[in-house]
Amino acid sequence: MYSVNYHRASSVADAAKLSKKGDAKFLSGGMTLIPAMKTRLAAPSDLVDLTYIAELKGITVSGKTVTIGGATTHAEVAANAKLKSVCPAICHLAAHIGDPHVRHRGTIGGSIANNDPAADYPAALLALSATIVTNKREISADKYFTGLFETALKEGEIVTGVTFTAPAKAGYSKFPNPASRYAMTGVFVAKGKDGVRVAVTGAGEDGVFRSKPIEAALAKKFDAAALEGVSVPSAGLMSDLHASAEYRANLVVVMAKRAVAAANA
Amino acid sequence: MGIEGIGARVARKEDKRFITGNGRYVDDMVVPGMKHAAFVRSPHAHAEIKKIDVSRAKAMPGVIDVLTGKELKADGIGNLICGWMIHSKDGTPMKMGAWSPLAFDRVRYVGDAVVIVVADTKGQARDAAEAVEVTYKEKKAVTEAVAALKKGAPQLHPEADSNLIYDWEIGDAKATDAAIASAAHVTTMKIVNNRLVPNAMEPRAALGHYDKGEDHYTCWTTSQNPHVARLVMSAFYNVAPENKLRVIAPDVGGGFGSKIFIYPEELVCLWASKKTGVPVKWVADRTESFLTDAHGRDHYSEVQMAFDKDNRITGFKVDTVANLGAYMSLFSSSVPTYLYATLLSGQYNIPAIHANVRAVYTNTAPVDAYRGAGRPEATYLVERTMETAARELGVSPAELRRKNFVTQFPHQTPVIMCYDAGDYAASLDAAMKEANYADFPARKAAAAKKGLLRGIGMSCYIEACGIAPSAAVGSLGAGVGLWESAEVRVNAVGTVEVLTGSHSHGQGHETTFAQLVSDRFGVPIDSVSIVHGDTDKVQMGMGTYGSRSGAVGMSAIVKALDKVEAKAKKIAAHLMEADEGDIVIENGALKVAGTDKTVPWFQMALAAYTAHNLPSGMEPGLKEGAFYDPSNFTFPAGCYICEVEIDPDTGVTKIIQFVAADDFGNVINPMIVEGQVHGGIAQGVGQALLEGAHYDASGQLLTASYMDYTMPRADDLPSFKVSTSNTPCPGNPLGIKGCGEAGAIGSPPAVINAITDALGIADLTMPATPQKVWAAAQAVKH
Repeated sequence: MYSVNYHRASSVADAAKLSKKGDAKFLSGGMTLIPAMKTRLAAPSDLVDLTYIAELKGITVSGKTVTIGGATTHAEVAANAKLKSVCPAICHLAAHIGDPHVRHRGTIGGSIANNDPAADYPAALLALSATIVTNKREISADKYFTGLFETALKEGEIVTGVTFTAPAKAGYSKFPNPASRYAMTGVFVAKGKDGVRVAVTGAGEDGVFRSKPIEAALAKKFDAAALEGVSVPSAGLMSDLHASAEYRANLVVVMAKRAVAAANA
Repeated sequence: MGIEGIGARVARKEDKRFITGNGRYVDDMVVPGMKHAAFVRSPHAHAEIKKIDVSRAKAMPGVIDVLTGKELKADGIGNLICGWMIHSKDGTPMKMGAWSPLAFDRVRYVGDAVVIVVADTKGQARDAAEAVEVTYKEKKAVTEAVAALKKGAPQLHPEADSNLIYDWEIGDAKATDAAIASAAHVTTMKIVNNRLVPNAMEPRAALGHYDKGEDHYTCWTTSQNPHVARLVMSAFYNVAPENKLRVIAPDVGGGFGSKIFIYPEELVCLWASKKTGVPVKWVADRTESFLTDAHGRDHYSEVQMAFDKDNRITGFKVDTVANLGAYMSLFSSSVPTYLYATLLSGQYNIPAIHANVRAVYTNTAPVDAYRGAGRPEATYLVERTMETAARELGVSPAELRRKNFVTQFPHQTPVIMCYDAGDYAASLDAAMKEANYADFPARKAAAAKKGLLRGIGMSCYIEACGIAPSAAVGSLGAGVGLWESAEVRVNAVGTVEVLTGSHSHGQGHETTFAQLVSDRFGVPIDSVSIVHGDTDKVQMGMGTYGSRSGAVGMSAIVKALDKVEAKAKKIAAHLMEADEGDIVIENGALKVAGTDKTVPWFQMALAAYTAHNLPSGMEPGLKEGAFYDPSNFTFPAGCYICEVEIDPDTGVTKIIQFVAADDFGNVINPMIVEGQVHGGIAQGVGQALLEGAHYDASGQLLTASYMDYTMPRADDLPSFKVSTSNTPCPGNPLGIKGCGEAGAIGSPPAVINAITDALGIADLTMPATPQKVWAAAQAVKH
């Protein structure tokens, strides 16, 4: 790691101010950034730590409306009883990110700001039609995830939280990469007031995406059996050492079936 | 057996310091004035070095010096060598290309060391390493051994035409061909043994310290055999004469073979220490470990196994191409020859065997011994072929094996080895019983109802441990003897120090070696200390690899204990005015048999050192040494059964049960033996299901981190069912065969036999990843 200046921001406004220093980066858990810095692949001059900002932490559930602060850890999401009562699928997802160390350091804001194509949260937020709240504006998930490690965030913009309406049913199933255990294909299905939305992470060449063939099949009947014989195209899916595009296309359908089964369980 | 003696399940003495963070590893060593090194490494798999400009790096903050291969050469430091001479079948010696510790004219794999930077801090050394400007002219690379032999392939070393290091053979080609020609059935296979990265928990490290006043070097290094390191660095690399070079291998966090070898870094750190006048420490990061630790396996083989009409094996023909990487590592030449082809008879009576092995240079990390070293590759061929033959012949895999088992001992195979003892049917029976083999069809049917594919596979392995005797290995080309030394020092208060040439890097020697002493003298293991890993303390030793520390290292201790016991009895007899032949040692005391006369052990020891009342003419003190050179290899063997369940939707293979029935000869500590088997199976399952080093066509290592290289995790493995049915080894005083590598040797074919059984296919190349298994399942379905 190269030397770096560390700043612990006390408020969102303070963080925004600190981010103007040199080539600063926000730190919100650092589960991707710190390893990249340790291997000298990333070299910010300054780190602005968001995880001590009180206003970014915590989960509120009001009726069906859920708000999760940007600096809320995966472990906190996984264990929140109120959230579990309205949307257990997102608690399940958070409980299966990385390992216990990652879940106690990594945050939802950090995850979606980085938008790793194999991260779990993007699938949930896209399927849940969530709104990403920043210190500047509100962005719909449909417009927020724009590509591999790319988001609609502008320079210096901070994810302060995400909000969504709990769906009637939701489920998440992922196939982990055998080595890294990131999602090699993860599928989040949600049945809400806007119908069925299905988002796929870990598989798309451009990051998280909605699978229309699966949504169409599940809109007819929200049941794993509805996906028998359904296939998704392998075009546009990633191909690497661990999984070809064809294998991933298969996994999208299989994981979707399992996610629906979990949602109905 | 006492409560801490031979056969006792004693908890490991060393674990307290390991699990409380009090182990002392090379990176923990601090010498006054010590500085830190970083290596500039080749980013290319194959390139000429046109220019090295260190001027900018030298001016960086904290930099002491930046040194290149030209300066190393100018100081007379020698090239790295391979210490086992193999001759091709045409009689020519193997073609060893030059391996400069720092490359100066050409680089041959990604990670090849080019420049060392020494600076005040590790960070400064790395910063300056990035500022070294090396101008390369890239050349075409070749990473696969079969491709490297082809006409027009990029050439690595001028010494080796067509990248061929040797073209070696063993056995009787004519007889084998005749057996195949007249066979009732021939099973033919093409088999890949995948390349593995060793992944010791502790990365390699070296601390070189040149003492100008004494004109003396000390090297702390992560070595499995510090004495061999000193010998090689002294005799071949011209670092210093042996009396001016001390090598210390303190606590070492795993080796699996990869820390047998002498690498460029320890050598360069020693040289750089003299050059710069400061102690120089280097510790590999994980990326350097992936790139530069000697890899394992990487064979391509074509085999034919011939059977007569009664399904008895009549011949086995093997043609292997072995990838040795960019340079010949220290024992690399022996792995695909004498450690491999000599085991091709497996547990079977095979009248004719012939193996041809071509070893090849490629633009990849050097390949050398890795847990099992040659024996897993041989076992994989034999046991995959036996399984396939059983399916082709329509007979039970167990019965085909049983029919062909060697049952009379000693048994001379057609490939050098003479098996001394064993009971292969006993292991097979034990494993089948434990696995409830007979009821497998019912379990398969139950799984099928759930849409899952069950399969069962077995592997009856044999290996050779305790490579010996020295004269024999010398005649086969080894540059060293393979004996072991020991010294037993009884202190004046009766406590005992055992100095051993074996080296413990996870094996638990501090416990098991102490158990030997406890068993013999009745002293508690806490009053026995095991001293190892330091050339200034232990005179000479050959180190730990090839599961040799029990069969060879402990045998040397036994010899020294015999001498100590004889003298102790003489002293006790004198003190009690008895005949020495009547003295027995019981419960920590020397007694006159059949009387109540007794001298406590410590009192006898004190008498040896006060020397007030010793037998006439006896020298004071109680300390004896011994060297032990075995008369033969030892031959551990066993039967492993693996049962898997495959989800055809995802290709995920779950190991439902794994049974290991081993014959290790006599066992000193069953708990430690079980631990060795568990670890070995984990590595074998890793090879079969998960691990594989992949280079792309340009020679970049794609699996250079844990993001892409799949290490076995606890949830990949079942709870193992491990047992032993032992036949004592007749070749050494303790009857030990060795257990360190068996798990890694025996398990890969059992796993793949189970998977191919489940899928109903002939073969699947390791590792059987979900993607490959899914694709195979699809192909079967359609």
